[in-house]
Amino acid sequence: MTMLPTAAPSTSPEPDGTTAVPPRIQLRGISKRFAATQALADVSLDLLQGEVHGLVGENGAGKSTLVKILAGVHQPDGGTIRLDGEETQIHGPAHSRSLGIAVVHQEPRLFPDLTVAENVFIGHAPTGRFGSIDWGGTRSRAEGLFRELGVQVDVGAPVRGLSMADQQLIEIAKSLSLEARVLILDEPTASLSAHEVDRLFTIVRRLRDRGVSILFVSHRLDEVFALCDRATVFRDGRHVVTMATGALTTADLVRHMVGRTVSLFPKVETPIGDVLLEVSGLARVGEFREVGFTVRAGEIVGFAGLVGAGRTEVARVLFGIDQRDGGEVRLHGQPVRFASPSAAMHAGIAYLPEDRHQEGLVGDFTIAQNVTLPILPRLFPRLLMRASAERRVAHEFTHQLNVRMTGVDQLVGALSGGNQQKVVLAKWLASRPRILILDEPTRGIDIGAKVEVHRIISELAASGLGIILISSDLPEVLAMSDRILVFHEGRITAEISHDQATQERVMFAATGNLAGDDPSPVPGVPSHEAGGPVDG
Amino acid sequence: MAEPAVAAGLGAARPRGSWVSAFARQRELSLVAIMVVLGALVSIAAPQFLTFSNITAVAVLASIYAIASVGEALVVITRNIDLSVEATIGVVAYCVASVLERHVFDAPAAIALGIGIGLVLGMANGVIVTLLRVPSIVATLGTLSIFRGLDYVIAGSHQVPLAGLPPGFTDPARTNLFGVLPVFVLVALGVVVLGTIILRSTRFGRQVYAVGSNPEAAAILGIPARLVEFAAFSVCGLLAGVAGVMWVMFFGTINGTAGTGIVLSIVAAVVVGGVSTLGGSGTIAGAALGALFLGFTANALPLVGLSQFWLQAIYGLVILVAVSVDAIILRRLQRATAERRAR
Repeated sequence: MTMLPTAAPSTSPEPDGTTAVPPRIQLRGISKRFAATQALADVSLDLLQGEVHGLVGENGAGKSTLVKILAGVHQPDGGTIRLDGEETQIHGPAHSRSLGIAVVHQEPRLFPDLTVAENVFIGHAPTGRFGSIDWGGTRSRAEGLFRELGVQVDVGAPVRGLSMADQQLIEIAKSLSLEARVLILDEPTASLSAHEVDRLFTIVRRLRDRGVSILFVSHRLDEVFALCDRATVFRDGRHVVTMATGALTTADLVRHMVGRTVSLFPKVETPIGDVLLEVSGLARVGEFREVGFTVRAGEIVGFAGLVGAGRTEVARVLFGIDQRDGGEVRLHGQPVRFASPSAAMHAGIAYLPEDRHQEGLVGDFTIAQNVTLPILPRLFPRLLMRASAERRVAHEFTHQLNVRMTGVDQLVGALSGGNQQKVVLAKWLASRPRILILDEPTRGIDIGAKVEVHRIISELAASGLGIILISSDLPEVLAMSDRILVFHEGRITAEISHDQATQERVMFAATGNLAGDDPSPVPGVPSHEAGGPVDG
Repeated sequence: MAEPAVAAGLGAARPRGSWVSAFARQRELSLVAIMVVLGALVSIAAPQFLTFSNITAVAVLASIYAIASVGEALVVITRNIDLSVEATIGVVAYCVASVLERHVFDAPAAIALGIGIGLVLGMANGVIVTLLRVPSIVATLGTLSIFRGLDYVIAGSHQVPLAGLPPGFTDPARTNLFGVLPVFVLVALGVVVLGTIILRSTRFGRQVYAVGSNPEAAAILGIPARLVEFAAFSVCGLLAGVAGVMWVMFFGTINGTAGTGIVLSIVAAVVVGGVSTLGGSGTIAGAALGALFLGFTANALPLVGLSQFWLQAIYGLVILVAVSVDAIILRRLQRATAERRAR
């Protein structure tokens, strides 16, 4: 809380006597760091009274961190927060609520077995004479709130079974009941139908007209233009720009969102071999459809797109964790269907999962025990295992990947994130796959380890593996991939070759704009190439 | 923040982290150390505590608990629990005593029958937990009641007297090999050694830890988690069968209430022995040492002038202390790791 605001436009008590209305929320120099990641760096933002303010940015740009700071979940490391001109610290979620800040999440956090009315008034129900809850009052006041919102809801019904859209309305009604001054909508439309989005927008506009300040976090740029008065772009935890949406185009917004440059290990040009994997018309109900692509030996195929676009879901089907509902997968020309991950492993597919703690590593095991876990039957066909053989194999693969450790007998939980990720890689390499699916392989690891992981991926491709690289890190996926498939809401919206790929084109497709209205040739704007020392 | 500290940081954080983790991993050694220290203290007050006859008497009874605890440990490592072991022991003990009394089987066949009953009851637990997907704490609470009910139905008000057993059947509980090593202790040692080899050096053992430590990661590796859990419950039942047979040999007089209430001691032994209730870590030897520790505690209480009525409360206290120590160690480990990662 010591950082001084730099060049903050002076507000509240104007020295010259003009009584400008202070912004509802004024953030100055907000910073937040998680271990190795600077989630927010020196961010300033004004949320005015009675405005709908869009907040956009890539995954990892810092939007969620900002929302959590306002919701009192995280405390900023530095910077100041002013609420209606008054400097404030938000101590916790309850304090945030009492300050009049309400957050509506993409997936509302309600109590499914309680009724709508009970959920709206949870924690602040009207009470009767002896402090007991006035249930009649609770019901009638809840009904009143929904009338104000202009929607019909049975307030006596339990929440379980209501649609996501209705559950969001309950959250909004709750914020009304608390007389919230600030309403934060965190990706509210991600799982809503078009009609439900319209209804939500009508309500949001009504609230704005009553003076509520609304922060609208969304990946859908068309919605930002449709709803918001102003929009702010974050990139890499920094504030890039805030402008009136009337003065912006989609192309402008995309250009501000991307343009990150990261030093990467240069991609090694590798001769592309035969087709290893052919996927056509792949579908899984509610997750993705019409997914088709090929992967050749020595090729890195990038899966770009926003979180939830269906990339991980495709990988899980390819690896036999989930089953497909339609389409075909061919491996070396033969149609295949894997009933389990072990079947996929036998066929030469390896999958490095998105969440290395949850799915990648056994924290109670040593490095050696983790590395040999997928290959135990092959390594020890007889009854008993030998620790020496296990250590030898583990040493071979961890050495190849340059894992920094005291030895293969070290507990894997004691390693840094980057080294843990290398152990996961070593584990899958030990199974000697032909096709390697990497799901966010560099998320949450520091820059040095990242470059090393990139080097390893390049070398693996050069050794003839076919690699699918799922990454939400645009510069990474652009620099590493021979071809990029862009996913949006369960479909591939663009296929872009390495030479053609720019961050704008990928982001454009990833936000649901079809390749036709390509933003690249915007005159007078320097085009942002991928990572600096990249390209061949 | 601390970029320049990268190289130094790794070294600086290590001693503390490794000291803590060393202690956490040496639960067996620390239990032995605690037993030696407490034993010495008790023997000052009561010299008869550290006599050969007292120590073997304690160890023989503790062997029965140790064998049941080994099975329980296996289940707990897979992130489950089996509360029905004491009823399994009860059913087995009565059935074995009863067939011997009525001369249905000879001694070897009766022993095989007892172990077989244990296995079947363990498999029943395994089926309920893995196929019907009932949380094990609820499933085995149910079977605890069912098995005990079965025991009552079979036994009625009958009590098999010592004289009903074939002559010499109870001898193993009273025999010392070479004059020093009680047979029961030898059996328990055998179970511990075999269990340790299986858990440490077989693929099944590795899978047991993997399933208990991180079910999601195990699933992605294609490890058949349900089969592993089923096997753990089955082995637990089998070892409860062994314990039930030994129960008959030790006590001689058996009715429908044999083993009532001992599940607390068995779970306590597992927890005190360092097996994590969250699954995925702990050893067979630790669980067996835990049983030995509790046995000596029970033995020492009257010698230092505390009433036997204190035992239950002290067992509870020991469980809480053991779990708290585990939680503190875990937190310190996590903090040490987090500090290292932050650099």
